Amino acid sequence: MANLNVNIGNLQLKNPVMTASGTFGYGLEFSDFFDISKIGGIFVKGTTIHHREGNFYPRMAETPSGMLNAVGLQNKGVDYFISDIYPQIKDIDTNMIVNVSGSTIEDYIACAEKVNDLPQIPAIELNISCPNVKKGGMAFGTNCQSAAEVVAAVRKVYHKTLIVKLSPNVTDITEIARSVESAGADAVSLINTLLGMAIDAEKRKPILSTITGGLSGPCVKPVALRMVWQTAKAVKIPVIGLGGISNWKDAIEFILAGATAIQIGTYNFIDPTISVKVVDGINEYLDRHSFASVKDLIGVLECN
Amino acid sequence: MKKYLTDLVVSSNERLHPNYCLLRLTQNVPLPEMFPGQFVEIKVENSPATFLRRPISINYVDRIKNELWLLIQIVGDGTRKLSELKEGDIVNLIYPLGNSFSIFDSQDKDKKLLLIGGGVGTAPMLFLGSKLKTLGYSPIFLLGARTSSDLLQLEMFLQFGTVYTTTEDGSQGEKGYVTNHSILKKRDFDMIYTCGPKPMMVSVVNYAKQIGISCEVSLENTMACGIGACLCCVENTIEGHICVCKEGPVVNIQKLTWQI
Repeated sequence: MANLNVNIGNLQLKNPVMTASGTFGYGLEFSDFFDISKIGGIFVKGTTIHHREGNFYPRMAETPSGMLNAVGLQNKGVDYFISDIYPQIKDIDTNMIVNVSGSTIEDYIACAEKVNDLPQIPAIELNISCPNVKKGGMAFGTNCQSAAEVVAAVRKVYHKTLIVKLSPNVTDITEIARSVESAGADAVSLINTLLGMAIDAEKRKPILSTITGGLSGPCVKPVALRMVWQTAKAVKIPVIGLGGISNWKDAIEFILAGATAIQIGTYNFIDPTISVKVVDGINEYLDRHSFASVKDLIGVLECN
Repeated sequence: MKKYLTDLVVSSNERLHPNYCLLRLTQNVPLPEMFPGQFVEIKVENSPATFLRRPISINYVDRIKNELWLLIQIVGDGTRKLSELKEGDIVNLIYPLGNSFSIFDSQDKDKKLLLIGGGVGTAPMLFLGSKLKTLGYSPIFLLGARTSSDLLQLEMFLQFGTVYTTTEDGSQGEKGYVTNHSILKKRDFDMIYTCGPKPMMVSVVNYAKQIGISCEVSLENTMACGIGACLCCVENTIEGHICVCKEGPVVNIQKLTWQI
């Protein structure tokens, strides 16, 4: 049994496998299928200062090896999270991390302040990369200056581990990563979904109510892997890799590319137990290759 | 209600029609409790075009043979692969999912319960009818299809209640749509349950509202996870967006915001 512990800022993970925001509910939805405390962390559904109804149906289109979504941050707001969800999840023995989103910098600050007061939430993931909202979201994460501004503002009020989730819909993701690192981020997670589109040829209409949506699933993995590799070389803070991971081998590839930890997203829909299978798979890989710790594997890709 | 992620064995796969198959699944231990209106998410193997599981409503549960029945309409590559499954093949399911139809807890077993199904929407009506029959009710089925050959499982429906049919070409039952059937002139039903194409359900809802009959519809919104995690399958209701996979698929028409 290899040592699977890793650290993200002050956050200690029992293993590098976590589940991505928006794909794992509040964790509770999956507790019929396995002991969810066995994974390193759970990023709960995107949370905003106010209640959001999200976009109109249809919000989803299946694609080859993936899917487009246009949910648009549907959630009941941070106060509901604190009063109704937090009591149910606070004692789950893993890192419960809140994904925080907003339309304005003030929204991000207000939401982050409230989550900062929750003792059993050790970290937030600042979502500056949602492609499915009209205001805010990805608009912050596609420009170095605005990305740095929102991160710096939240950094002032948020005193625990601050992870910033980056958008792949940019010319150079490493520039954005360096900006948020300078602004005080403890880690970056990447990638959020890729902006895409689906058309119904018979009806001559877009499939999604929002016309465009975010692409995820195994089809995005090569893009995500490339961006994680580039970013891990560009920043000193830990990188959390995600995008299309659907088995332990994918997870190992992200770690070799420089990810300290990984998140599993869309594949939770296909196999609700995939995350714990990936934990077991990583462990077997480490034993088979005689690595004492998963830390020994981070970024050791041999390019020569 | 506990959900299971389980492999089941195909006990038979019967092609009822060029576009429909009846998949019967079993396992060594008794199948869990399931309720009419609930559905399964079935994994499709060896179909590169099919990434997501396919949500399929529970057609019938045979407790004697320990079988779960799924009536599958062949629409695309995924359902075609399911139609090719053979006896002894293994399929992976997440189930049972969603809520279920409300059933009167009443001593009055003479209540007139009308079950309206169109196309593959007849599938959950069979399971509902069987349950109502077991509870002592005499359900009335109104089933619609394009032609007589598209009316499936009629001998099963007849075991559980009275059956009325419509076909668009008049080859069986009354000619036209279910919502034009003469039985609806009676207007004395205590409850209507319906599942089928959206235009059909809209007509049924319109009828139920006009004469003030309680009515539940089973929705078929496109979905991904089936367990309330992805929030893709939402229906707009008077309470806001609800997940059809978790807070549905059965919705009382009082909650719907359909423009009738």
